[in-house]
Amino acid sequence: MHIVACVKQTPKSDNVKIDPATGCLIRSGAASAMNPFDEYALEEAVTLKEQLGGTVSVITMGPPQAEAVLRDSIARGADAVYQLGDMAFAGSDTWSTSYALSKGIEKINSVRPVDLIICGKQTNDSDTGHIGPQISAWLKMPNAAFVKKVVEVKEKSIVVERLTEDGSEVLELPFPCVLSVVKEINSPRVRSVKGRMAAKRAEVTKWTADDIGADKTMLGVKNCPTRVVKSFVPKREVCAVAVEGANGKEKAANLVKLLKDGKYI
Amino acid sequence: MKDCKNVWIFAEAQRGKLSPTALELLTAGRKLADDLGEKLCAVLLGYQVEKFARDLFEHGADVVYVCDDKALEHYLDDVYARVLADLIALYKPNKFLLPATNLGRSLSAKTAIFVGTGLTADATEVVINNEDGQLHATRPTFGGNLMATITCAHTRPEMCSLRPMSYEKAPRQAGRTGEVVKFPFDPQRHTTLAKFLEFIKSKGDGLDLSEAEIIVAGGRGVGKAEGFELLHKLADRLGGAVAASRAPVDSGWIDYRYQIGLTGRTVKPKVYIACGISGQIQHMAGMSGSDVIVAINKDAEAPIMKVANYAVQGDLYDVVPAMLEALK
Repeated sequence: MHIVACVKQTPKSDNVKIDPATGCLIRSGAASAMNPFDEYALEEAVTLKEQLGGTVSVITMGPPQAEAVLRDSIARGADAVYQLGDMAFAGSDTWSTSYALSKGIEKINSVRPVDLIICGKQTNDSDTGHIGPQISAWLKMPNAAFVKKVVEVKEKSIVVERLTEDGSEVLELPFPCVLSVVKEINSPRVRSVKGRMAAKRAEVTKWTADDIGADKTMLGVKNCPTRVVKSFVPKREVCAVAVEGANGKEKAANLVKLLKDGKYI
Repeated sequence: MKDCKNVWIFAEAQRGKLSPTALELLTAGRKLADDLGEKLCAVLLGYQVEKFARDLFEHGADVVYVCDDKALEHYLDDVYARVLADLIALYKPNKFLLPATNLGRSLSAKTAIFVGTGLTADATEVVINNEDGQLHATRPTFGGNLMATITCAHTRPEMCSLRPMSYEKAPRQAGRTGEVVKFPFDPQRHTTLAKFLEFIKSKGDGLDLSEAEIIVAGGRGVGKAEGFELLHKLADRLGGAVAASRAPVDSGWIDYRYQIGLTGRTVKPKVYIACGISGQIQHMAGMSGSDVIVAINKDAEAPIMKVANYAVQGDLYDVVPAMLEALK
């Protein structure tokens, strides 16, 4: 079983600061880490490898410093790591990013056939959730998003449970296929000492757009279909009424009265 | 590109129900269509879904494209995305709004690649730019810390998924009708290797969150799984549902499906009672549209106390039992 997990280096979600004047992310001093949703993708890949045998490859697209999340992936149990780095990729939207990742995965596949691709549900910086389904579209593979459970792995297929608003759907997908997973699927492990050592020694394979045979007219801020034309910090309204009372009991009674008077309950 | 006309919305219909998001998209889409002087069209895919066309007309659609087939009974990405891509190639819409539900997020993403166009995710506001007629879709990024307006200048349709509950449901205009256009399902083209096995209905303990008018939500301050029993009592008394912020879900006190916020679900009840929730921006992203927000928190300085309509400083374990008492 050869599993590819897709990861992204993103700002730590509790550490995002926006310059109110420019509306831009203040990157200096902002700690970066693996997108938290990708931790579940990688953990699921490593868990499946441990159960079934095989290899976990991890791919990322990003600037030179994104190498850190690939080393972190080794510490978390990955076997081989690949970085797509090229100025041609810069500013890509999800259409272009998923295209580049699919080309990278095709190259990985040409060396060792890929059975399964796992992505996180979304990133914590762009929050789109597009990449998993879009990689599957480029690669013409079946996919399932919002996967909360791997029910069974068969010889040629995988049975998964996908979260819906009103329950879940059980699907069977033949290999190769693409899953995007939600955090309910597992609890990511703590990095082992052995893993940390391996991370230091690990070789990171670096590919440019040319290396993966990507069409540069489909990449980057100039060529991708969407663009950001404006960004701004949302306004917050302050409208609180403090509910009075000498103690919790009084406050509760006053609150219930306010809600009843307003015909809210 | 010039011959691309009309505003489309995807009317999600699964398990015999038209999603409330369809009526929200009709509100958003109607305004776009009127501003452009174009038609508003809805797309219905599924099995035995043609009956919903009338609802869509009565809520503002001019045209409803229907592809109705047993093979579309359950949502499978490839099948739905291929039908949509064929519909788009044939009828050439200008703008296309889908719901940012689990189904819509996945479907919009795959369809955009099949069609070769740009997609904006999870927008909360869509407008037509007067100068060039482009769709300007505004969406929260970085966990709601930043809003970004996104365009798709050179490809059509401009696609966008719209966050549920960002728009009111379109009002019903009884007797309003329109044109049904049937689109044939093609078993040779509209295929997938994936198989649907079964649907497992959420066990749930009462109401579906998206339909609840009153939500009692617990945060880190609940402190333990058993604490949610108290919140259930209050929810039951008020005829509402229970939800949570991220911390209790991460701690395993309650299932992920009850998580409200950027990485969970968006709700817009009449009353949202936040118990022991600090109100991080990621949580607010999922509930700030509530009509009335009540915050119960020990910390008067917690961010949620600043945005709540009614802020109760106190221990939820004192206040909630006292509320139950007061409601008797």
